[in-house]
Amino acid sequence: MNSMHYLYAAYIATWLIHGSYLTILVRKYARVRREMERLRK
Amino acid sequence: MRRGFTLLALATALLLSFALYEALIAAPTEQTMGDVQRIFYYHVPSAWTAFVLFLINFVSSIVYLIRRNPKADILALVSAEVGVVFCTVVIVTGPIWARPVWGIWWAPGDIRLTTTLVLWLIYISYLILRRMSTGGRTPVIAAVVAIFGALDVPLVYFSIWFFRTQHPSPVIGGGGSLDPRMAHVLLINWAAFLCLAWLLSWVRCELEVATRRVDEAQALESLRESSR
Amino acid sequence: MSFFAITRATLAKDIRLEWRSKDAINAMLFFGLLVVVIFSFAFDPTAEESRRIAGGLIWVAFLFAAVVALNQTWARELRNQVLDAYRVSPAAANPLFLAKALGNFIFVCVLEALMTPLFIAFYKLRALGPAWELAPIALLGTWALVINGTFFAAISLRTRSREIMLPLLLFPISIPALLGMVNATTAVLSGEESAWFWIALLLAYDVVFTTVSLLLFELVLEAE
Repeated sequence: MNSMHYLYAAYIATWLIHGSYLTILVRKYARVRREMERLRK
Repeated sequence: MRRGFTLLALATALLLSFALYEALIAAPTEQTMGDVQRIFYYHVPSAWTAFVLFLINFVSSIVYLIRRNPKADILALVSAEVGVVFCTVVIVTGPIWARPVWGIWWAPGDIRLTTTLVLWLIYISYLILRRMSTGGRTPVIAAVVAIFGALDVPLVYFSIWFFRTQHPSPVIGGGGSLDPRMAHVLLINWAAFLCLAWLLSWVRCELEVATRRVDEAQALESLRESSR
Repeated sequence: MSFFAITRATLAKDIRLEWRSKDAINAMLFFGLLVVVIFSFAFDPTAEESRRIAGGLIWVAFLFAAVVALNQTWARELRNQVLDAYRVSPAAANPLFLAKALGNFIFVCVLEALMTPLFIAFYKLRALGPAWELAPIALLGTWALVINGTFFAAISLRTRSREIMLPLLLFPISIPALLGMVNATTAVLSGEESAWFWIALLLAYDVVFTTVSLLLFELVLEAE
């Protein structure tokens, strides 16, 4: 059963990495959008 | 544009869930390694995707130096960054696999994992350079460094290959054919991860274009204020 | 002026400057000495063990010391806008680069010649393999460090905090060369296997990166 832990760990790690990258991108994008709105005024 | 993006996002989500099902349930269990072998369906496609992205980085860097097209520069930046993300996945899942199978977290003689690690280091230094570089010539300098990095890869590979023949270490899968059912699952997962890479690159591209536009506008604004 | 005339003039100027100030060589020597002393405190190896680790120690010490010299290669030319003057002059970019690389090569070789006896004394080294092979290893390895180091030092001129940028760029790219130098040196010291594959690898590395550097240096110099 122990080997299943490693399997889950690897899959979860993969999704954590992709998820956090996507989160970083979305937050940066939101900040840029806010800056754009400010400049347009 | 928006529509295409939504479609791609939907297709990626579908493909990824299907690939996950295939990898965890549909694929046959490997006889000697057991279920741990299923890490392979995430580890290997991620590595291939990272290599494709680094190849794109290399080609677009050359194209930039010839044509001086800013689009090629953006593509080089984006592919390197997303490539590093996929490379990180490879480097993290590699030891998780190695631990139960070989009994060690890291085998310095394993050629593929070590080459990937060096590749990861090279492209991280490329990204740091892009961030630290000042003035308008960042793209040229970055493209030059990208070419250096790409040319380093075969040398890294050969040096580790010889290092390995000197220091015997557990290495998996040298030769030996893959079960066709497993190969099938592997390819589905690769397709899914390529789609994900495409999606991430798209988002990153949009972000880069928007950032550059904002930077330009900010420069204009401060110019206008100073001339007032 | 011809290619070699420019190279010779720049090289002579750099060597004269270094001879008068001795900035780089003093800093490198002191740094290398520190590494030798600190390592000798960190572990006290027997002759047998030190043979196995000395290759790594020596080259890491030389690499770190070389960065000191590499960092000030171009920084010196920024004062008084020498580099800008060079850029507007009709002289080609490559002879300048070659002169700088050769200058660094000479400095690092001098450093190695002075440091090697220290290493031998501190770590009780004696080569079991053919010792003369250490000469091509040292020359090829030093050139590998210096050619890329000179190039990346020129690149890091265009960045913020360039002293930090140079090692960040140089170390990852140099990994195959370092692996070659360290393993070749260890092979000669331990006499267990042949060093020739590693020497060939170093040669290939030198040829590839010398060519690329000469092809691309003009872009870096003109990058403004």
